[in-house]
Amino acid sequence: MMLPAFPDAAPVAGLAGGFLIGLAAVIMLLGLGRIAGVSGMLARASGIADTGAPRSVALAFVVGLPLGATLVTLSSSGVEPRFTGSIAQLVIAGLLVGFGTRLGSGCTSGHGVCGLSRLSRRSMVATLTFMTSGFATVGLMHAFGFING
Amino acid sequence: MKAPTISFLSGLVFGAGLAVSGMADPARVRAFLDLFGTWDPTLAFVMAGAMVPMAVAWLIQRRMTKPMACEAFDLPGTRVIDGKLVAGAALFGVGWGIAGLCPGPALADIVIVPFEAGIFVLAMLAGMIVHRITTQ
Repeated sequence: MMLPAFPDAAPVAGLAGGFLIGLAAVIMLLGLGRIAGVSGMLARASGIADTGAPRSVALAFVVGLPLGATLVTLSSSGVEPRFTGSIAQLVIAGLLVGFGTRLGSGCTSGHGVCGLSRLSRRSMVATLTFMTSGFATVGLMHAFGFING
Repeated sequence: MKAPTISFLSGLVFGAGLAVSGMADPARVRAFLDLFGTWDPTLAFVMAGAMVPMAVAWLIQRRMTKPMACEAFDLPGTRVIDGKLVAGAALFGVGWGIAGLCPGPALADIVIVPFEAGIFVLAMLAGMIVHRITTQ
């Protein structure tokens, strides 16, 4: 299916993939009683965070995630990731994402998927904030010629 | 099933979902954030798709006394909306916009695009360490 107004959109693949992401969060919530938050799991698995999931649980999640993505991409139903921007941009972005998700206690999965569906006001504020600053950042990058098209 | 096995399964399905949805592709994520370019609304469909099973799961969770595979729920209980939450989310959003990457997709790409994803993940871990050092 295509959306005439938005030629690049993939609504069906988006909904299907989103459903799988939700299902993964359901497995974590009902199976282990936890939030499937990637930044938290990564901090715990790497030993940067002292609290949270047991380390073995966090490590298993962090290993499973790239494996699932790789299997889908190799079986050709996935999209080849396109990285844009310089190494300096990746480094700056990574630093901000790492620091910001720890300070704000979560990212797109923990606050976005899990928190919003729980109707958590904290997560609603966080999600609105990172969405707004994401839009603003890319808007500025566009205005200053860092993005073409 | 043991706890790490269930967690591994959750990670596997999560990663598959990221790849199927196109969210493992930083260019597509950034196209969602680019209101002045050729806007790509796919990310909104992904969020909608993820909300459905999770909304049902929260209803079920309320009726459960404990999770299926361990002794107790361990869920965030904080309700305070403070400067840390907002500042953290704002900084995260800037990084998300610059690279089109948040933690999940960055991890998802580490095998397929090891160089770029690897640089981002290392920088992300460094950012987390900086937070730990500066807040102690």
